[in-house]
Amino acid sequence: MVAIALLSIFGAETEDDLELSGTWKLSLLSELAIGTTGVVESLDLPGEIQHHLMHMGFIPEARITVVRRAPAGDPTVYSIDGFEVALRRDTARGIRVREYESK
Amino acid sequence: MNACCNTQTVDLPVEPRVAGRIRNVVLVGPPNSGKSTLFNRLTGLRQKVANYPGVTVEQRVGKLNGIGRPDLTLIDLPGIYGLDTYSEDARVAVDVLHGEMPGTPAPDAILLVLDSLHLRRQLMLAAPVLSLGLPTLVLLNMSDLMEARGGHIDSLALAREMGVPVAKISATRGTGLDAINHFLNRKAEPDAPPSATTIELPVVGNPRSYRQWATGISTRTKYKAPVSNQTTKAIDHVLLHRVWGPLIFLTVVFAVFQVVFSIGQPLSDAFSDVLNAFGDRVAPLLGHGWLESLAIDGVWRGVASVLVFLPQILLLFLFIGVLEDSGYLARAALIADRVMRSIGLNGKAFIPLLSAYACAVPAIMATRTIENKRDRFATILVAPFMTCSARLPIYMLMIAAFIPNKPLLGDLLGMRAAVMLSLYVLGFLAALGTARLLKSSILKASSAPFILELPQYRLPTVRSLSLRLVDRGKVFLRQAGTVILAVTLVLWVLSHVPFHATLETSLIGRLGQFIEPAIRPLGFNWKIGIGLLTSVVAREVIVGTLGTLYGADPATQSLGLQAALRHDLTLGGAMALVIFFAFAMQCTSTLAIVRRETNSWRWPALQFTYMGVLAYLGALATNQIILHCIR
Repeated sequence: MVAIALLSIFGAETEDDLELSGTWKLSLLSELAIGTTGVVESLDLPGEIQHHLMHMGFIPEARITVVRRAPAGDPTVYSIDGFEVALRRDTARGIRVREYESK
Repeated sequence: MNACCNTQTVDLPVEPRVAGRIRNVVLVGPPNSGKSTLFNRLTGLRQKVANYPGVTVEQRVGKLNGIGRPDLTLIDLPGIYGLDTYSEDARVAVDVLHGEMPGTPAPDAILLVLDSLHLRRQLMLAAPVLSLGLPTLVLLNMSDLMEARGGHIDSLALAREMGVPVAKISATRGTGLDAINHFLNRKAEPDAPPSATTIELPVVGNPRSYRQWATGISTRTKYKAPVSNQTTKAIDHVLLHRVWGPLIFLTVVFAVFQVVFSIGQPLSDAFSDVLNAFGDRVAPLLGHGWLESLAIDGVWRGVASVLVFLPQILLLFLFIGVLEDSGYLARAALIADRVMRSIGLNGKAFIPLLSAYACAVPAIMATRTIENKRDRFATILVAPFMTCSARLPIYMLMIAAFIPNKPLLGDLLGMRAAVMLSLYVLGFLAALGTARLLKSSILKASSAPFILELPQYRLPTVRSLSLRLVDRGKVFLRQAGTVILAVTLVLWVLSHVPFHATLETSLIGRLGQFIEPAIRPLGFNWKIGIGLLTSVVAREVIVGTLGTLYGADPATQSLGLQAALRHDLTLGGAMALVIFFAFAMQCTSTLAIVRRETNSWRWPALQFTYMGVLAYLGALATNQIILHCIR
């Protein structure tokens, strides 16, 4: 798994090492490959859904890992804060994440 | 730090609303925090389940018998993530907490349940709840599991941070519950010295600030999250596997069918025998007058015809209970989502539709897992199209009477089985078509997100399963029983007025003849017409009605009834009748449940009309096609 380093207080407490020898790549949550981790940048979804997701922990600076896809390829199971949530692709498309790419 | 993360200082009043006396305690917690298990544990079997006025959110209220305080009332709130008013659940929760929900007393104290396995996220709910300023006890549920998996929390430090008492409990095992009693007793002391506590709370209404507040607290209280459950990951690796996942899923679906047909049907039959034997035993005690006729033929037979479904319904709920409590149901919804989406429904609609093959009543109750209201209503509206077990008696009677038992595909599929199977498929297609129609018209949703939390796998406990069965059984008996009783009484009176009238000259007989012109194009005669009228109560009633009308007892002289039907009906009329039953909404229990679940007569009325029109047109087409093609 890609090592993710964060200077924010959300990530810093759980990360053991801070290593910043890579680049951040912006993408959509729906584009992340299985097993990769991203950091939530922003949410752009209809009000009710966005609020619901934010209360579930999808807030900027939260770390999300792509766990697996459903047998039909969609929805996808994401791990956030140690619990698993399934989202459809069109919902995941509304979440912008930055992905850490080590050099 | 940015502006969102400011905190404000709040002075917590220590006095309960009713000084020195706590009467109503409210149970608050996020979904999957083990709240219902705790509620069952605290209240025991005696709980009232109803809907909050004006909404479809379920209200559960009970006395705190479980910890020896039957003088206190415990109100269960729906599982919520926050106290903003975006979802119906949260709106209800906010109203109850502010004492603004009509019919629900204002709470004097709060029990806040948090899952200690995911405390960092669950603490986000604590901020808005604490800012309500009510006496609160925070319960860290599943703390035994957390510690067993290497997690840690300094609960004393947590209590200091939040300014309220904190207790580690396990709702499944029932440990640590003394703290609740302690809390309620302490707060109930009238002369408890008031000592205002001052704590830091985030600016209300902002998930980001809640989150930061929660993170800060969990850091300061040395919260260490337990290592994630590898068992769940390993099981999911198989159950959500590309190939095995769907295969296991189909096996589970098939098993539900098997349970309902191979175990449930004999159970229901046996139960029916017991009920009828009871009626026969009691009948002589009532003499042979109108009283016996009313009590046995009217009330008892009518009520018993519904009671016989109880074993099947309980069995189905046991099955669904095991699936849900173990955590598999969420995976099933995940697998089915893709297919369900193609008809505009949510993956979560799959299980209710599956259980509707047994009976639409529990199926409609099971739609509660669908959060999106429009999706839920669409599922409720199409569920009665699925071929429920109450359709089987009339299907079997008509097929046996009119369809020759010729082999179609060797020994694999006979003509009769093929007709039966096509009736099942027909019901399924009608459900799919209607769902599509609804989702593209009156129940069109701009966006129906599928946000599904996958809980960790757990072994279901006998305790929670039996509570669920008792709960659902009670709802079924009360709801269905009262309506059935009323309608059977009305029918009995109609078929015995005027006094000394034969069936043909009774009010219902005249009604049958009155509607005959309308049903003649369908190939039905007035006797069938009466059957259609009586079976509005429940579909299987038609077999009994026809039995009486053709002067034969269906239980013993089934052959006689078949012969009579062949003499009286054409093939077109017989098949039209079966098609009519495949589509029509002849079930007052279902209508009553739909009324209850949608909180309006509008939806059951629409459903009844739509299905009735479809049934009429379907039967008309069937009769006319057979009449003109097979002549």
